[in-house]
Amino acid sequence: MIPKTEIEMAETIREAKSPIALHGGGSRGLSVHGDPIKTTGLNGITLYEPGSLTLVAQAGTPILDIEAALAAEGQRLAFEPMDSRGLTGSAGASTIGGVVAANNSGPRRVSVGACRDFLLGVRFIDGMGRAISNGGRVMKNVTGYDLAKLMAGSWGTLGVMTEVSLKVLPNPEMTGVLLLNGLDDQAAVAVMSKALGSPFEVTGAAHAPVGVDGHPVTMLRLEGFEESVTYRLDALRQHLASDAEQVIETSPDRTTAGWKWVRDVELFHGRKGNVWRVSVKPSDAPALVSRIENDAVLYDWGGGLIWLLCPEDEDVRSKMHGVQGHATLVRGEGHLLFHPEPTAIVKLSQGLRAKFDPRGLFNQGLMG
Amino acid sequence: MEMPLPDQTVLARKAEIVALLRRVLPAGSVIDAPEETYAYECDALTAYRCPPLAVVLPETTEQVAAALKICHEQNVPVVPRGAGTSLAGGAMPTSDAVIIGIAKMNEVLETDYDNRIIRVQTGRTNLSVTGAVEENGFFYAPDPSSQLACAIAGNIAMNSGGAHCLKYGVTTNNLLGARLVTIEGDIIDVGGPYMDAGGLDLLALICGSEGQLGIVTEATLRILPKPEGARPILIGFDDNEVAGACVSDVIKAGILPVAIEFMDRICIRATEDFAGAGYPDCEALLIVEVEGSDAEIDAQLERISEIAQKHNPVELRQSQSAEESAKIWLGRKSAFGAMGQINDYMCLDGTIPVSQLPLVLRRISELSEEFGLKVGNVFHAGDGNMHPLILFDANKPGDLEKCEDLGAEILKLCVSVGGCLTGEHGVGVEKRELMTHQFSADDLDIQMAVKDVFDEKWLLNPAKVFPLSVSASRRGPQEVNR
Ligand SMILES: Cc1cc2nc3c(=O)[nH]c(=O)nc-3n(C[C@H](O)[C@H](O)[C@H](O)COP(=O)(O)OP(=O)(O)OC[C@H]3O[C@@H](n4cnc5c(N)ncnc54)[C@H](O)[C@@H]3O)c2cc1C
Repeated sequence: MIPKTEIEMAETIREAKSPIALHGGGSRGLSVHGDPIKTTGLNGITLYEPGSLTLVAQAGTPILDIEAALAAEGQRLAFEPMDSRGLTGSAGASTIGGVVAANNSGPRRVSVGACRDFLLGVRFIDGMGRAISNGGRVMKNVTGYDLAKLMAGSWGTLGVMTEVSLKVLPNPEMTGVLLLNGLDDQAAVAVMSKALGSPFEVTGAAHAPVGVDGHPVTMLRLEGFEESVTYRLDALRQHLASDAEQVIETSPDRTTAGWKWVRDVELFHGRKGNVWRVSVKPSDAPALVSRIENDAVLYDWGGGLIWLLCPEDEDVRSKMHGVQGHATLVRGEGHLLFHPEPTAIVKLSQGLRAKFDPRGLFNQGLMG
Repeated sequence: MEMPLPDQTVLARKAEIVALLRRVLPAGSVIDAPEETYAYECDALTAYRCPPLAVVLPETTEQVAAALKICHEQNVPVVPRGAGTSLAGGAMPTSDAVIIGIAKMNEVLETDYDNRIIRVQTGRTNLSVTGAVEENGFFYAPDPSSQLACAIAGNIAMNSGGAHCLKYGVTTNNLLGARLVTIEGDIIDVGGPYMDAGGLDLLALICGSEGQLGIVTEATLRILPKPEGARPILIGFDDNEVAGACVSDVIKAGILPVAIEFMDRICIRATEDFAGAGYPDCEALLIVEVEGSDAEIDAQLERISEIAQKHNPVELRQSQSAEESAKIWLGRKSAFGAMGQINDYMCLDGTIPVSQLPLVLRRISELSEEFGLKVGNVFHAGDGNMHPLILFDANKPGDLEKCEDLGAEILKLCVSVGGCLTGEHGVGVEKRELMTHQFSADDLDIQMAVKDVFDEKWLLNPAKVFPLSVSASRRGPQEVNR
């Protein structure tokens, strides 16, 4: 079913008799049991005020349409959502609602925040078919509980989002990338920490033990006005005082391509194996990775986010003893998708699901 | 302002309840003599006060848990308290409530510069979090004006902001983990030293829940490297509307100031009389601060000047030194004090879309005339968080009520232009009854359902946030009985 309006969506939910599988653009290739309902009928930008840095869109609006509208005004979604199609091997076009439902946040998360941090408000249909509004379209809002951020990353298990409002940011005039070659994982995470702990506003810090050229590469991104980026590239280099071979890249095409490569984990495209996404404290990352049997690895967020390509029988979670964090199975079989949580948290989460979706309609079993 | 009638059975069992609490807490951590609980009768919304049943000041998370367990078993309402600087009455007790204050728990538990985090007990004051890391070149970004006094506990409960949140976000954007004690006395860790949630984002619910979901005793916070420097520019305009347009243009130009502050004529004059910062006598004044190296700051201020010039400013003053910066900020920082010299004031906190600034300022001045009360405006213009200050005379019968009525009208105006009732101070008791102007019955019902999950008996800060009539059935039978 593809309801065309929020009212139709509410009716559809109210009348539903059996579990529902919610789909945005289907770019994640999730398989959930239930009658399919698509949000793509709720399409269009409702409001865009560049001078207020706010955009409101219906949840089924393709992310590409949103990015195009923003680009026309020299703005962007600063949380840099990934295009997951290459990784999951699916074909659909992401919707903004899907991006929010997955709290899909790319390399810039490490400095400016995640999707949830840019989410100003949502409208959604709960399991009783009620249209709920939470948050709004203003930057600062503490009126009532923050259900908008709860909906971000809830993977459609609490309700059907029908509209989202987001804070957007201007495009920078220039992007500069400092590349360090040949560092081992431990040294790379240390360098990234040093860079992120500097005053030079690093907006991306990633490391690939095997980069495009087959060698280890560590990437540090700086953005802003040209004179400022030029100054900070130099200042950062001096601050790091690293012996590693260094290259500065400022070509717009190459810097864009390089960060897209990180964002979309292009390193894993077309390769067999299970894909894991692991979130930990950056300094814990290298030792953890060394314990995990893997075919490829990519560190983002200064080491706080690890992408792993593993053999199917490798259970990443069993290697996380003593490490705070969680591992999600993004592609593959044989394991739960989401990391099992402590009993007390499970109890609260189940309690919330029972209130938001008392009939157990939405994406049953997806998050546990 | 109404509060629910106290539960008589609780009042009657005061001695027994206090004895139970004393049994699990260290000597001196439970106080119930009226002269000792006096300081806990109100928060910074001083117009309203009430003596609590007792005050508990635990020294550990386990003691918080023990106290909550007893209150839960005995059906005693609990009011969590940080430093008591809430402007919304969030920490104000009722006479049948036990206050649980975490002020004694103020240790730094861990600083980790490599991962840019600090873990603290939540009784620690906001400013002293920065104090603990600044020697190493770091700071904690959310900076409410009350930062010398307010505690991280209250910041989390209210999701507090500050002047610098235009660039760095508010509390929720800088909070990574919390240790939460539930009303049943369970201790749970939500989030941690990593950058996203593994399941539902419960941390997002806890932050800003105004002490209604549990008591937060520890927090993992993001710390940031200090910028190389920061300097402001002061721009004066003869027209509010033009000042508003200038704010929009600066934002659109891709400059990301750390702060854009706005003052209107009433505030400018009051601060000039009070602090003598040398502000021009004009309709609207902007202070825009940017960060970076000296050269980066100069370049950004130059860009801002160019934009401002197009709007015919009556004054443009670019700070070149620390002294000049201090002078520019002096008036802004003393604005509240200056208004307080003129009269009592009530500080509102609605947020509006930046594009609606001129309209809202015009309507506020019309309303001010209608009600016969002066209103000054000083606020965070970059994110539309207004702080209209309504001047009134607390000693004049009827003036407080008139002021509250005018406040309600202004907040409704904020909502009607697409904004909200409160941008950073919280709902508390103050804006509770206005919630129906922003939310439908269903919107409120699902929020209350969240509280049902965490606090089935509605014992934690029960008479806050939701209109009393709307929450009545959930708050239990005590009220309907009388
Ligand atoms: C002069 C002045 C200036 C201010 N400026 C700003 C500003 O710029 N920005 C801003 O955002 N606010 C500002 N405030 C408001 C206030 O300082 C903030 O709301 C602050 O975060 C409250 O912290 P507190 O520790 O004093 O909390 P309290 O006042 O003690 O409590 C606030 C709320 O938190 C709850 N709470 C307290 N401790 C806990 C806990 N451990 N667990 C769960 N819930 C708890 C309470 O029940 C209450 O609902 C200002 C206040 C004053 C007086």
